[in-house]
Amino acid sequence: MDPQTLSPYLVQILNGLAFSMLLFLLAAGLSVIFGMMDFINLAHGSFYMLGAYLGFTAIQRLGSFWVAVVAVPILVAGLGFGLEMVLLRPLYKRGHLDQVLLTFGLAFVFADVVKWNWGADIRSVPQPPELTGALSLGVTVYPRYRGFVIVAGLLLAGVLWAIQARTRLGAIVRAGVADKEMVSGLGINVRLVFAAVFAFGAGLAALSGVIAAPFLSLAPGMDFEQLILSLIVVVVGGLGTLKGAFWGAIVVGLADTFGKIWAPDFSLLVIFAIMAVVLLLRPNGLFGRALA
Amino acid sequence: MTSDRRRRIGPGLATIAALVIFPFVSPSIYFQNVLTEVLIFGIFAMSLDLLIGYTGLFSFGHAAFFGVAAYTAGIVATRFSDNMLLTLAAGVLAAGLLALPLGALSIRSVGIYFLMLTLAFSQMVYAAAYKWTWLTGGPNGLAGVPRPVLGILGLDLASVSTFYYATLTFFLASYVVLRRIVASPLGHSFVGVRENESRMRAIGYNTWLVKLAAFVIAGLFAGLAGVLFSYFNGFISPSDVYWTTSGLVMVMVIIGGAGTLLGPVLGAGLVLILQNIVSSQTDRWPLIMGATFILFVLVARRGIAGIFHDTLALARRSARV
Repeated sequence: MDPQTLSPYLVQILNGLAFSMLLFLLAAGLSVIFGMMDFINLAHGSFYMLGAYLGFTAIQRLGSFWVAVVAVPILVAGLGFGLEMVLLRPLYKRGHLDQVLLTFGLAFVFADVVKWNWGADIRSVPQPPELTGALSLGVTVYPRYRGFVIVAGLLLAGVLWAIQARTRLGAIVRAGVADKEMVSGLGINVRLVFAAVFAFGAGLAALSGVIAAPFLSLAPGMDFEQLILSLIVVVVGGLGTLKGAFWGAIVVGLADTFGKIWAPDFSLLVIFAIMAVVLLLRPNGLFGRALA
Repeated sequence: MTSDRRRRIGPGLATIAALVIFPFVSPSIYFQNVLTEVLIFGIFAMSLDLLIGYTGLFSFGHAAFFGVAAYTAGIVATRFSDNMLLTLAAGVLAAGLLALPLGALSIRSVGIYFLMLTLAFSQMVYAAAYKWTWLTGGPNGLAGVPRPVLGILGLDLASVSTFYYATLTFFLASYVVLRRIVASPLGHSFVGVRENESRMRAIGYNTWLVKLAAFVIAGLFAGLAGVLFSYFNGFISPSDVYWTTSGLVMVMVIIGGAGTLLGPVLGAGLVLILQNIVSSQTDRWPLIMGATFILFVLVARRGIAGIFHDTLALARRSARV
């Protein structure tokens, strides 16, 4: 094929990948939280939404995207740490369903707080001046900001992988996913690790929100929408693994983008169909281990 | 046994009597409508509890059956005939026919994967309701569903109190049937699957079939609730099939007390009455509902039925002393 007919596909593939990176940041936290604590955090999309809206305010007030990109995730991670300590910790002795239900309540609270504070209007965030304009890729041009999202996402995926595979902290987390009791038997403060993982996941979701803000618009409902997609990512990839979150995000991000082009009315259906097929063929997802 | 039974039947009859005379005591159309809605969602919540509370299957897509039945009844009523028997049969049948394949596929998975599969399937139904505009009205919903005409008796259900009594009849019938199911050997095998599925299989039960039976029965009753809702509301929108509706009915089950049939009905009552009161005062209804829900999970895990049971036990103990 000559480059002229190829380039529209290239642009769409890149768009899909940019979206995949946002999903990956969300799904990574969701997946590791599930792996360690055995519950699905239904408020995870709320952290993403909070990140996006706080980013909107920070950029408006401080005028700098870069300050927002650093400060907002730290702020939301702190919030996640507090929530884990106050609300989730008392429930660890109970069934995991209680935690799922509690986070379902939290999701409603956050959705309404955001609506209360920022209103129901659709809002948009300007791109940082350093990243406006287009990037020349030879056969085609591509928005510089989306290029940045892809590169930043891949870099972060690399960093997360390195932390998980090469550091002591990563070893503790991996061990925690495999066998919590054994880890605490070795004298490690598992509760603190839980809180830290939860906070880190919340921070990653907020980071995804801040990064998403300049190219997706902000509106009520964005939390549930993204939560559903990242849940699909985690289930398609397999729960509890970073690798699963990454490849799941690529699959869902590309399916979403191409679904919207080829079957604009049924793009959501395409994604759910992919998920259903994956689960029917591999009940634990692409890279998941069997559930106990 | 007999005294125990008498003790249980007494409050039950009193409640039924109270429900029957309610329209005379409170002629307010508003309250009759609220109570009608509570009874409809009571059937819906009881049906989900059959899965969550009895069989231990955490379905996060129960709105699919409610919605499909509501849409089917609405489409039949607006396009062909508003005969009650016809719309009712079509709606409930549609829910059952949907529950059969979706159940068969979902119960292959367990735990969180089951939850996700049911969620995924119900979101597919939502997508169909949202996009299939010529049939469902798409994002605008299906408007103008008439109150049905009951052909044989010539009864017109247009008036608020007649419709209330019709709903009450369906509710009581559903309760009696579900109670019989729960007390039957099939109902005991539901609980057996919840408690220890591999042991049930070892004893020789076909647990796949048991779970499928629970799923289809729950789907049929959710369908009944959906049909009643289409009559009641006169309007069906895609949000009735959306996953937040599944979540809301799950909240009713948990707040009311999973594993008891009447608990979820109380849960439905609390949620809907709270919604009616709070949303008439302030726009902050989701905030208050979320906070109430968090509170219930933290402090009253067994739900209203649990609180009721504990208070009753406490009162009896102190009465004896």
